[in-house]
Amino acid sequence: MPVLPSNKEIFKKGLWIENPVLRQVLGICSTLAVTNLVVNTLVMNAGLIFTLVMSSWTVSLLRNYTPDRIRMMVQMLVISSYVIIVDIFIKAYLPDISVALGPYVGLIITNCIVMGRCEAFARLNPPVPALLDGLGTSLGYSFVLLIIAVVRETLGFGTILGIQIMPDGFVKWTIMIMAPGAFFMLGIFIWIVRSFYPQIYEEKG
Amino acid sequence: MNEISLATLFFAAIFTNNILLTNFLGLCPHIAISRDLKSAMGIGAAVVFVTTLTSVLNHVIYYNVLIPFHLEHFRFIIFIIVIASFVQLVEMTIDRYFTRLYVVLGIFLPLITVNCAILGISLFMVIREYTFAQSLVYGAGSGIGWMLAITLVGSIREKIQKHPNLPRGLVGPGITLIITGLLSLAFMAFSGMIQIQ
Repeated sequence: MPVLPSNKEIFKKGLWIENPVLRQVLGICSTLAVTNLVVNTLVMNAGLIFTLVMSSWTVSLLRNYTPDRIRMMVQMLVISSYVIIVDIFIKAYLPDISVALGPYVGLIITNCIVMGRCEAFARLNPPVPALLDGLGTSLGYSFVLLIIAVVRETLGFGTILGIQIMPDGFVKWTIMIMAPGAFFMLGIFIWIVRSFYPQIYEEKG
Repeated sequence: MNEISLATLFFAAIFTNNILLTNFLGLCPHIAISRDLKSAMGIGAAVVFVTTLTSVLNHVIYYNVLIPFHLEHFRFIIFIIVIASFVQLVEMTIDRYFTRLYVVLGIFLPLITVNCAILGISLFMVIREYTFAQSLVYGAGSGIGWMLAITLVGSIREKIQKHPNLPRGLVGPGITLIITGLLSLAFMAFSGMIQIQ
């Protein structure tokens, strides 16, 4: 029987070593779209962290009662229920941001990371490690996207969280707030990280 | 109600508002499967088929079941169940009656359930209040747009993968994202033609 990793290791693994964006390039669709403003990214990341932590925990609690053949459907339902809570919460308390995020909040359901962690970790492990795994993974995911959002907003609007930080004569890089800017930023970020840590993020196959 | 002509909507969905290149939807399979042209076309075809039919199905369910019973908040669950069961149904049908097609499309079908583009199209359809015919055209157009994007990236990657001077850190996802960014830049040139919202 393999030795179970400690809770701290599980958390660290999700946060950095197995970082979902840098290593697996999964689940970026729903959040990359809103990285042109830091505030949108923060709200979206909070929604994702809540969904992933709670779904991992719930799936883990249900793991002994879920028949194997319908587990995907059960996971889907658990995830969707939490996403509905997030959606209603944002609509009620942050109506402006809810309009800006549009359909992307609902798309947390199809974020591959949530399903991926439930399938790969939570359904096989007790609730506490599952919760920590979810927290580590979602924080690792959030911090990468937050870095991208900060760079995009700084160069695209000259601001961070709406506060101007660039000097007045600064020419805005309009490309940064449009779709290609996000693709270039993520591509370059992955390039930098993989060049510095080739042993961790070696491409397989 | 939205008053865009069907032809305009169709072209806008393919070119100016390409679901992958401007809305970032369906990126995960895009990066994982665009390694060569053949698989890119396989998954592209499967996506076109599924988006067209699920957007219509979800339209009917949303306006005939969810709205009358005031269950709009449950649309996420309902849509995802419709998509998952539809994909399952298609997979079984193809497996049973069209064995040759199954060899080409079969392995890609289960992946489609978690393709954000499919759910995204249904959600855009609700937010933009498309009519039945508009949903059909939008679903088909977006699917074709996605297929076009993944096919283009797949064929470029096939060539570039053999290039020996590619920096190590860029191999795989890195270069794919940069190619996609360049394509997205190219597609922005279309945006002056039509605008939809």
